[in-house]
Amino acid sequence: MSDKTVLIANGQGFWGDSLLGPKRLVEEGPLDYLTLDYLAEVTMSIMQKQRLRNPEAGYATDFVSMLKEILPTCQQKGIKVIANAGGVNPQGCLKAIKAVVKELGLTGIKIGIVEGDDILDQIPELIKSGEAFNNLDTGESVDKILDRLSSANVYIGAKPIADALDQGADIVVTGRATDPSVVLAPLIHEFGWSMDDYDRLAAGTVMGHILECGAQCTGGNYCDWKSVPDFARIGYPIVEVKEDGTFTVTKHDNTGGLVNIDTVTSQLLYELGDPKGYLGPDCQTDFTTIQLAQDGENRVKVWGIKGSAPTPTYKVSMSYENGYKIVGQLTYTGPDAVAKAELAAQILFDRVALYGTPIPEEDRFVEIFGTNVCYKGIVKQSEEPAEVLLRVGAKSADKNLLNLLGREVAPLITSGPVGVTGFAAGRPRPTEIVGYWPALIDKTKVTTTVTVEEV
Amino acid sequence: MAKVKLMDIAIARSGDKGDGSNVGIKARTPELYQFLKETLTTEKVKQHFSEICFGDVTRYELDNLNALNFILEDSLGGGGTETLIMDAQGKVHSLALLFMEVDVPDHLLA
Repeated sequence: MSDKTVLIANGQGFWGDSLLGPKRLVEEGPLDYLTLDYLAEVTMSIMQKQRLRNPEAGYATDFVSMLKEILPTCQQKGIKVIANAGGVNPQGCLKAIKAVVKELGLTGIKIGIVEGDDILDQIPELIKSGEAFNNLDTGESVDKILDRLSSANVYIGAKPIADALDQGADIVVTGRATDPSVVLAPLIHEFGWSMDDYDRLAAGTVMGHILECGAQCTGGNYCDWKSVPDFARIGYPIVEVKEDGTFTVTKHDNTGGLVNIDTVTSQLLYELGDPKGYLGPDCQTDFTTIQLAQDGENRVKVWGIKGSAPTPTYKVSMSYENGYKIVGQLTYTGPDAVAKAELAAQILFDRVALYGTPIPEEDRFVEIFGTNVCYKGIVKQSEEPAEVLLRVGAKSADKNLLNLLGREVAPLITSGPVGVTGFAAGRPRPTEIVGYWPALIDKTKVTTTVTVEEV
Repeated sequence: MAKVKLMDIAIARSGDKGDGSNVGIKARTPELYQFLKETLTTEKVKQHFSEICFGDVTRYELDNLNALNFILEDSLGGGGTETLIMDAQGKVHSLALLFMEVDVPDHLLA
């Protein structure tokens, strides 16, 4: 067994995460691979819309501006970057990266692009070929949403990313690769792990799950928050991996946050379903086999992970247009803050009705903060809160109806009950509701492509 | 026996799962985990979240991590992308569970 250790970090856990993560990771200590995870279910649909408006858009633009900051350091230290930043336009992302490389005056940088996850245009022919795309959660037929479909992406695995690394890529950009794939891929590349070595693939999957939300495994969003030092300079997570798939979760020295069994366990439990059958494109992972031990300060050793063969299908993330929603906010102060907020919401709906079309009862929404909304029925609410935040809105297929509601929020200040303030955010606007439709596709129907280009 | 809140004997994390959420809870000691395994039934959790969770509650056990994982179906007011509620992803369902009061044998708290 080789003594080689590979260091992989996650610098951004979602689209909009702090730019300090990746910047500090490449500067403050040793690292081999920087991974970044951008794509949530809704993200693809947003990007699809951006691309419709502008053929150059539709990828994580944050990634490109972040690259501009870190690329010289990465090249100097030999740190490779892997991100599912391509969205629905990996070629557009490639173009933007090339421009950044040129602008920085760098040469000899190889950029790998992995495509094939975007199947939106192929849906009709795939259905003809026998793919059902029934809703994985509800079993409903895809016919229900077919005419409103706005994106369809396959969660692809680690192999094409590893292929790009084999071809010498310094940066690899994918579309909808799974979060763990960006972490597993460099290990397949570095150690030559076989695609039927399910225990090792499962170990890489667990690493990916621990890393994928950035600082959520180094003290972020952690119950014992009072014990977390120096949140401002929180260290982003790194795994140190051995050829046999055992690894240590840690962070760079002299950074904030902490890594212990509880911070790692918390993240293992995040968004977990059945722990025995964690499904991924490359293997199934049994989370009940994971062993953890503290191995020095801010170091947690992980081993014992068992995996098994994957299913013959990939998961597909589809989204569809599902009408509009709007929420406005006003603050009501006491006495009788709750009663006044309730009355204000009623006045608002009554006024919308005066325009001609009432919003049906079941589409209305009222939430009064200060009355234990988040802990409803769990924590006893105070008898008479001195102030409450009214969130009032509705859902509708009719955007104009919601616009009327949006316009009638501010007038409540001068023509409703006393004790109202806090309209600084301005008039609320309706936003599109993106429906999420998870489905499956036969793996043999999906073709991924890998291209590596030197700039 | 001592009446304590779960937050005194466990930590938790939650997130969204379709139109529901998952709440993972880890006991602070292996002994407390055995206690939680016996005490924290799906019925109890369903009852605790009676005004938040309107679907089934499923429980999974992770003996290796001293942890239980609960799936709370229909607990986000229509699902992460469609709902209007503030806690659209069930981010604080974790702490909500930790507010539960339980009677713990004294020797487990020593």
